Amino acid sequence: MSVLKPEFEKALVEALSQGLPLVKRPYQAIAKQIGCSEALVIEGIQRIYQRGDIKRFGVVVRHRKLGYRANGMVVWDIPDNRVTEVGKCMGRYEFVTLCYQRPRRLPDWPYNLFCMIHGQDAEHVKQQVEFIAEQCGLQDIPRDILFSGRCFKQRGAHYSMTKSAPQQASVYG
Amino acid sequence: MRQYSALEQRLLNDFQHELPLSPTPFADIAKSLGVYENTVLENFRRLQSEGVISRVGAVFKPNRIGASTLAAMAVDEDDLEDIAAIVSEFAEVNHNYERFHHFNLWFVVVANDQQSLQNTLDTIEVSCGYKVLDLPMLKDYFIDLGFQLQWT
Repeated sequence: MSVLKPEFEKALVEALSQGLPLVKRPYQAIAKQIGCSEALVIEGIQRIYQRGDIKRFGVVVRHRKLGYRANGMVVWDIPDNRVTEVGKCMGRYEFVTLCYQRPRRLPDWPYNLFCMIHGQDAEHVKQQVEFIAEQCGLQDIPRDILFSGRCFKQRGAHYSMTKSAPQQASVYG
Repeated sequence: MRQYSALEQRLLNDFQHELPLSPTPFADIAKSLGVYENTVLENFRRLQSEGVISRVGAVFKPNRIGASTLAAMAVDEDDLEDIAAIVSEFAEVNHNYERFHHFNLWFVVVANDQQSLQNTLDTIEVSCGYKVLDLPMLKDYFIDLGFQLQWT
């Protein structure tokens, strides 16, 4: 098998994004759902992994439930020639859970680097932001922290392949 | 927040990436922790039913399939719930939430391609009567190694 068949891959991606069945032979259980062998499921996962499409594969925890109640989206206006350096610097801290470059939309929106920071409370998040600013040399860089309020809709971080619908990969786009 | 046992803490913290790809991944985990396979499974099932774990599975890279963006609107505070409800109606919107800022409504829009993404954003703008800020991801700097939990 040199290339994964699209239907097989789609079914596999859907099964993986929903989560493994919590049974002794989870890959076998997925294989039964899809209608193929356990070995093919494992090989398929390895291929998707090798292609670089899986960020990680394991236990996905809900931070809120574990006492990390505050979630701040921190936005920075980084000079264009420093974005890569700064992005790499931020991306390596364990309390940073996302770090994306996005376009500025002047004059409404001057920020071009976004990172997500989880903390036990707002104060904790602010401390982490201060720490990152020091570590990455960003004390003089304009920034803002947007704390989250009500959640109006959340459709889980998994691919939805049931309709003609969009297949989503990240809750943060 | 309840107290988590030493085993639960390790199950939550130590297996956020590189789940074994052997036929019996939970037995492998059990072996590495010196406990029974059934104990591992029972703990994971309980943590999942409590909602502490959303799943044991894969986190995919964003933007691999289809087109997506993060969008924001600066909505009058009094209108926020009504406007949020309109935005949530769109099937292409999969996450829609408030943030405390002048731009107070943030949502993720996902579509099959760039053109239908743009159409959706235009329709949302017209339906809501507010300008939409379109902030697609340009580059991802984050290497997801899971989330180091601090048990204090």
